[in-house]
Amino acid sequence: MDLTPDEVRARNSEVISEALSVYPEKTAKKRAKHLNVYEGDKPDCGVKSNIKSVPGVMTIRGCAYAGSKGVVWGPIKDMIHISHGPVGCGQYSWAARRNYYIGVTGVDTFVTMQFTSDFQEKDIVFGGDKKLDKILDEIQTLFPLNHGITIQSECPIGLIGDDIEAVAKKKSKEYDGKTIVPVRCEGFRGVSQSLGHHIANDAVRDWVFEKGADKVAPFESTPYDVAIIGDYNIGGDAWSSRILLEEMGLRVIAQWSGDGSLAELENTPKAKLNILHCYRSMNYISRYMEEKFGIPWVEYNFFGPSKVAESLRTIASHFDDRIKEGAERVIAKYQPLMDAVIAKYKPRLEGKKVMLYVGGLRPRHVIGAYEDLGMEVIGTGYEFGHNDDYQRTTHYVKDGTLIYDDVTGYEFEKFVDRLQPDLVGSGIKEKYVFQKMGVPFRQMHSWDYSGPYHGYDGFAIFARDMDMAINNPVWGLTKAPWNAGR
Amino acid sequence: MSQNAEKVLDHFTLFRSPEYVNMFENKKAFENAVPVAELQKAVDWTKTPEYRELNFAREALVVNPAKACQPLGAVFAALGFEGTLPFVHGSQGCVAYYRSHFSRHFKEPTSCVSSSMTEDAAVFGGLNNMIDGLANAYNLYKPKMIAVSTTCMAEVIGDDLNAFIKTAKEKGSVPQAFDVPFTHTPAFVGSHVTGYDNTMRSILEHFWDGKAGTEAPLARVPGGSINFIGGFDGYSIGNMREVKRLFGLMGIDYTILGDNSDVWDTPTDGQFRMYDGGTTLASTAAAVHAKATISMQEFCTPKTLAYIEKKGQEVVAFNHPMGVAGTDRFLMEVARLSGHAIPEEIVRERGRLVDAIADSSAHIHGKRFALYGDPDLTLGLAGFLLELGAEPVHILASNGTPEWGERVQALLDSSPFGKGCHAYPGRDLWHMRSLLFTEPVDFLIGNTYGKFLERDTHTPLIRIGFPIFDRHHHHRYPLWGYQGAMNTLVKILDKIFDVTDADTNIPGKTDYSFDIIR
Repeated sequence: MDLTPDEVRARNSEVISEALSVYPEKTAKKRAKHLNVYEGDKPDCGVKSNIKSVPGVMTIRGCAYAGSKGVVWGPIKDMIHISHGPVGCGQYSWAARRNYYIGVTGVDTFVTMQFTSDFQEKDIVFGGDKKLDKILDEIQTLFPLNHGITIQSECPIGLIGDDIEAVAKKKSKEYDGKTIVPVRCEGFRGVSQSLGHHIANDAVRDWVFEKGADKVAPFESTPYDVAIIGDYNIGGDAWSSRILLEEMGLRVIAQWSGDGSLAELENTPKAKLNILHCYRSMNYISRYMEEKFGIPWVEYNFFGPSKVAESLRTIASHFDDRIKEGAERVIAKYQPLMDAVIAKYKPRLEGKKVMLYVGGLRPRHVIGAYEDLGMEVIGTGYEFGHNDDYQRTTHYVKDGTLIYDDVTGYEFEKFVDRLQPDLVGSGIKEKYVFQKMGVPFRQMHSWDYSGPYHGYDGFAIFARDMDMAINNPVWGLTKAPWNAGR
Repeated sequence: MSQNAEKVLDHFTLFRSPEYVNMFENKKAFENAVPVAELQKAVDWTKTPEYRELNFAREALVVNPAKACQPLGAVFAALGFEGTLPFVHGSQGCVAYYRSHFSRHFKEPTSCVSSSMTEDAAVFGGLNNMIDGLANAYNLYKPKMIAVSTTCMAEVIGDDLNAFIKTAKEKGSVPQAFDVPFTHTPAFVGSHVTGYDNTMRSILEHFWDGKAGTEAPLARVPGGSINFIGGFDGYSIGNMREVKRLFGLMGIDYTILGDNSDVWDTPTDGQFRMYDGGTTLASTAAAVHAKATISMQEFCTPKTLAYIEKKGQEVVAFNHPMGVAGTDRFLMEVARLSGHAIPEEIVRERGRLVDAIADSSAHIHGKRFALYGDPDLTLGLAGFLLELGAEPVHILASNGTPEWGERVQALLDSSPFGKGCHAYPGRDLWHMRSLLFTEPVDFLIGNTYGKFLERDTHTPLIRIGFPIFDRHHHHRYPLWGYQGAMNTLVKILDKIFDVTDADTNIPGKTDYSFDIIR
């Protein structure tokens, strides 16, 4: 029995109050600002964001290191990324994010490897710069085909006063101007992954663009050169996106950063348009390139046929008729496939309710894909969004949607328990909590080891996966038949 | 277009279709890709003895280590106690990592909170984070105990847990009598096994030594029961249950200290259990009176055992005992300490294991293995391999000390099958890669990351270790006890037979050996 919109709003407000009632007063006051029921005519979601997490509440957030090494830099495949500090950070993030790439790992590409300076007590006491110096030499000896090195700072680096910039400069000189990038992404900086994205963007600016400005791209420019910005190629997302751009007549000269290379970063200033998928993690460098090189940027959304078509047309609008016709041709080409996918899966998914809690762009971007399948997103929130994300979210969510920023484990469990969605989309830490509760779940960071989900090819997989989660026969088995009535 | 709605293609096959293969090829023009000939030369070079020499000359760089940091072990140990919420004081990203890491291995939720320290805490210390954090965690998650450990951030700035927790209690974050054991677990000392040790010791110390000066220490009244500590163990679900079964059969009066076999194995029945099972706080306190404590993993418990010994108990440490002789030693010690005989039912299990080994040993005998993992696991596994007549040629532990290396060597020296085999303490999986290229073996035993070595060196991987991310549910099956040895034996045999079949299946060429009976 569906609730009326007024009833939904009332229930959602009540659920928020219930969740807050358990906190100590000071914390309840803080958390209240991050939870809201969206009012359809407002320009933002009415929540505060990008604020320190409250201690002890089981935030789902990560750190700046995760934002830099794990997200922005890690996927650059022909560079070696040193997790600089103790062994753990690099270990837990080792090959975990499914940034697909083509290359011979350990020889010309290094994404799924864990390079660490494995700090010991003496490195903390006496500083790690000498060790770093030696590490860079050893990398050059054993991995001579690497095209560059980044130094991803873990917490201690900024606390013990190491000068990794000096080491990077010195070694770069020793190795004929080799690109060596110090990144100050210590995990205690900022309030989440988000500052790590920003710091990583700034490091590209300072140590790739500014320092390597004289490097000449090895190809002739065309009027149709674009760069994909903010696609990490999880499960091949950037590939199923690139193929559409190329099909419509554009030439992709760089991928940031999934399956990307240092050369692609360096060549990006030659792009005519930067197309930006994950606004949160790469708007900084897009703005910089706009100011510095005059490259316009445009956001797009490649989840689900409605948004893909809309985005292809938006991107094409920056080019001549050849590309505009190309976009229409691509849309028409895939229409039968999309019709077939929707015909197959929509009847199985129509009316199903979804709650999301993810990072980056997904809390809003995937909503259209669910709607293409007749599903409804009734709650959403960002791990590390900013106010501009919540503003953009208003274009996607309906009046009455439950909004939760930096949700705590307790709140999320409570919300799902009360709203009873048919599907939750979030991360590995949340997956098993909700499955225990009998709620179908898909990981929406890693695509639950599936994917790609971007583009037309990706939508077919997305639809299949949502169907297999929701219509999994196991959900009919959670109660023993002799207890079925209880 | 290769995609279709009827048979949806995902990443496994989609990108092999011609349109994508062409796209990858064309992309290379923008990548400054290494020319094919140069690349091939480099690939071959990494397989040579010269490369191995350079690789082993490394002094600073660590590549693909098989170890994690202390707080991971702290969280593991804390989760073994009733209603306990692990609380890691320091940066919050660490806790997100520990939770993800365990959940990827066990396919289970892992509850743990952080004090979420940021830049201001780096300057002024994390006292307020402790005060607020304990209050929030206590109110929200209603634990029976909060076990505090630290990230490297809190260690570098020198936060004083004892004073902080005392202050937090004075400020009413948690009731005065609420149990908050704590320990410092700097990530730049030791590894996850060290964090396990520190946390286990701190929890016992908390209950036995007067709860951080708030009560009188417990006076030990020696009894007859036996404490059992498993150590950091990716198979703790299966192993703990097996140990309980064996102890049950022997009629032992025992306390398992740190039992996470329930909290990491809750049912899917409509209810999320944040806490489940675990060693009760009462029995943790009472464990001081035990006659003796057994540790299954000596290198996970040096400080814990030293502390317990000082309390007057006998302590007995094993190195992840596996196989017939390993299990014999374990059970004989249990029998000696408890005065209970090993019952016929267990003797029958032993006999069945020996029977199975006799049936299959022809396929294992003389096979060469490389293995890596935690210090105790590698010792136990190497012992079992020697018992099977296999040769554990390369034995590596990234968190193995020189002392561990000596222990492995002594084990190798004790068997004719250990001749020419070596221990590699403190080395990583990039070292192992060179070993596998220059001194090839038949099989590799290790955790999920071993699959990269399998891909590069074509050494078939048998997954035993932690973490196992890419195979499901193996943690539910014990490695300990005769039954555990049976599981391990079958796991090794299955891989051997699969490889043999795959190696003899070309029709008309090699399939004369594609035998139906092996």
